[in-house]
Amino acid sequence: MADTKVGQMSEDVVKAPSMMTGAVPTKDWMDVPAVFKPGNYCYPGKEEMAAYHNKNLPGLFGESRTWLVESDDWLLPENWKEIIIQGIKERLDKFRSFKIFMDCCVRCGACADKCHFFLGTGDPKNMPVLRAELLRSVYRNEFTKAGKILGRLAGAREMTFGVLKEWFMYFYQCTECRRCSVFCPYGIDTAEITMMAREILHLVGVNTNWILEPAANSNRTGNHLGLQPHTFKENAEFLLDDIEEVTGLRLNSLTFNRKGAEILFVIPSADVFADPGIFTFMGYLLLFDHIGLDYTISTYSSEGGNFGLFTNNELMKKLNGKMYAEAKRLGVKWILGGECGHMWRVLHQYMDTMNGPADFLEVPKSPITGTVFENAASTKMVHISEFTADLIKHNKLKLDPSRNNHRKVTFHDSCNPARGMGMLDEPREVIKAVCNNFYEMPENTIREQTFCCGSGTGLNTGEIMDLRMKGGLPRANAVKHVRDKFGVNTLSCVCAIDRATLLALMQYWNPDVEVCGVSELVGNALIMEGEKERETGLRFEPLEGSEG
Amino acid sequence: MRILKSLGIVLVLMLVAYLGAAVPGGPALFGVVFPWLAFLIFVGGFISKVVGWAKSPVPFRIPTTCGQANSLPWIKQNKLDCPSTTMGVIGRMLLEIFAFRSLFRNTRAEIHDGPKLVYGSSKYLWLFGLMFHYSFLVIVVRHMRLFTDPVPFFVQALEFGDGFLQVGAPVLYQSDLIFLGAVTFLFARRVVLPAIRYISLPADYFPLFLIFAIGATGVLMRYFLRVDVVSIKQLTHGLATFQPVLSGNISGIFFVHIFLVSILMAYFPFSKLMHLGGVFLSPTRNLANNSRMVRHINPWNDPSIKPHSYASYEDDFREFMVEAGLPVDKELPPKPAAEDAPAES
Repeated sequence: MADTKVGQMSEDVVKAPSMMTGAVPTKDWMDVPAVFKPGNYCYPGKEEMAAYHNKNLPGLFGESRTWLVESDDWLLPENWKEIIIQGIKERLDKFRSFKIFMDCCVRCGACADKCHFFLGTGDPKNMPVLRAELLRSVYRNEFTKAGKILGRLAGAREMTFGVLKEWFMYFYQCTECRRCSVFCPYGIDTAEITMMAREILHLVGVNTNWILEPAANSNRTGNHLGLQPHTFKENAEFLLDDIEEVTGLRLNSLTFNRKGAEILFVIPSADVFADPGIFTFMGYLLLFDHIGLDYTISTYSSEGGNFGLFTNNELMKKLNGKMYAEAKRLGVKWILGGECGHMWRVLHQYMDTMNGPADFLEVPKSPITGTVFENAASTKMVHISEFTADLIKHNKLKLDPSRNNHRKVTFHDSCNPARGMGMLDEPREVIKAVCNNFYEMPENTIREQTFCCGSGTGLNTGEIMDLRMKGGLPRANAVKHVRDKFGVNTLSCVCAIDRATLLALMQYWNPDVEVCGVSELVGNALIMEGEKERETGLRFEPLEGSEG
Repeated sequence: MRILKSLGIVLVLMLVAYLGAAVPGGPALFGVVFPWLAFLIFVGGFISKVVGWAKSPVPFRIPTTCGQANSLPWIKQNKLDCPSTTMGVIGRMLLEIFAFRSLFRNTRAEIHDGPKLVYGSSKYLWLFGLMFHYSFLVIVVRHMRLFTDPVPFFVQALEFGDGFLQVGAPVLYQSDLIFLGAVTFLFARRVVLPAIRYISLPADYFPLFLIFAIGATGVLMRYFLRVDVVSIKQLTHGLATFQPVLSGNISGIFFVHIFLVSILMAYFPFSKLMHLGGVFLSPTRNLANNSRMVRHINPWNDPSIKPHSYASYEDDFREFMVEAGLPVDKELPPKPAAEDAPAES
């Protein structure tokens, strides 16, 4: 739980001096140093974690060592500045986005109050424009004529340890949610800049453990928590017991690593072991059983979420590569993906480019409705919400939405499906079909303008809880609005990180609001053949009318 | 400080031109050599900057999707904010470039007791930005009168439209008023809003002062000082036809004006003003959201990066897998010897 009590924080965000409350720092931002203290930084990567990644992808993760963030000696390589400047140069040559975003910001400030971290902390360096300037200032100094000649007058500054500290602080207070990019007149995407900065920080071994360790686990065991194949299977099967208790049915359609299945189903692994993701998982299983889908889940490729995305494009590619490799080995026709945000950023915008072409797969076709998913013709991966919405549209599901009557539901658009994919209406179609009470949050906080949960991109770690609660404030505040207005008690989403982080966020800001995946609501509403009369929902909560 | 420095530089530049044009050889330098040089730097610099950008590939297809994507046939796509075809992208870019679509979305956030965050509509920046850019464009096109003979039809038509209020003699151009007003607004906004003041660099104030000074000297010449237009046209037309003629009747303020324009042109390619070129190339805007439909090619994609293989995964966990009833590709050897897991990659 957060160190600061909610009452105190409620007061702080409104009254404590910050740029959000009208206070302006007296010093130029270049003269305000980043100061690390417990609670405002993520723990650095363990030595063996950096070593593990370095072995797999030599040169990209710096020298492995044990280092302390609060120390003034990060045990950097002697030529760390050179490595960083070289790292910038290399990326300028590889990414047009980076080059243009370094050059054409006019500092109009349209992005300033669009960032959830700025809204929650009021820290000027959390304005996307200033976050980018942290890196841009060094870029100007090294790569532009004006910067070389005019120095600070042109907004240029030298790379120093102080700058490095700033980078580590503020590029780990960005969740790559892309909200600022929606408002930027040139489409400057801070996510892109943060990705570059993090890649560069990794080159000199400046990293966080909460990213490196899950990434290492994903690589070796297939999932970020490091569950070994048998444990993964046991966990999933344990949920079959729960389904049996709720519905009276023992599902026998769940298989693992089965060759010849029609569809490979990839989920964020949190869905098999973490509350409330497990209820989402139960929803998937009920749905597939209901329609008689020929599918299998892989323990080898058991993590949809891609922690590589938070480090560098090489590790992202390496982790993502498992999906196609496994689809090929199992001989499936196409791949269905579960509810996960960053996973879908990678699947939608990177996967085919990095690890395609998936010419051994077929264009996805729903075996139930016959719908051909033309929008996934090349990648051959379909989102569960697309798949479910199509089933509902074709009346292939027997549904009793009143089983969700105890829930007044709102929907949180997860950043990546919303702004990196454009999947806005599919989950809504599903929710409206399986729930009778659906309420939207205010328009500036949903769809392409949705607010991040505040803890994405590997920031959902316990040591920065205060920061997360501040970063999540805009989202929590919008939920509070519909809770007060309509009595909303359920926040649904299509992201595993959300299911973990919104849970903590709601417990802090709106304790009576529960968090669920959309597929949990589907599972509740599905009328299964031969089931007993349900008295509870999938999380054993009493249904309306059966509270008795 | 940042503001004063920028203002100071512009004032010095004005003084340099005013005095410089008064010494022998000055008019030729400020009226002919500098403008030519500046034009060359502008064109050359602009092209080399854009070519420089274009040299870097676009490894991934990363449009920011600002509306519903192309999906199931019965779900209505937002074809302009989330295009999936080239036509759609063209539409999105036209809206972005000519109507500042993204800026139109702007909101202003405030935090109140509760805490309660509220987001109000905020279209001022969009409106004044649009006014500034369009009036600038009109003024530039109107100036084509000085470089052409006969004056093209569209320039004359524009002049007529621009002066349709028929106020004063010479007729007042609305674009002049709008231009100076919008620049003043953009400057005032930078100074008045604390957050914007905090992020502003000298490189943000300098072009504003420079552009304001250009506008102001222009307005002075047209409406108040009544400079010798015939001599000026002789010179400017000459600049365009490589036969510049300098008569003695051109007043100092003209040289100030044309010198500031020269500075602006020469400064342009090295400054944030290159957003003019950048907006066309921005990968979050100018790509279709069709990355699952059509494979995007990354020229530096590294095929040597392979996933940790299934074989080594199974080698690591075969015993557990067999015990848990998970299918395996390679059966366990008759006698347990799988303890030493081979190195993984």
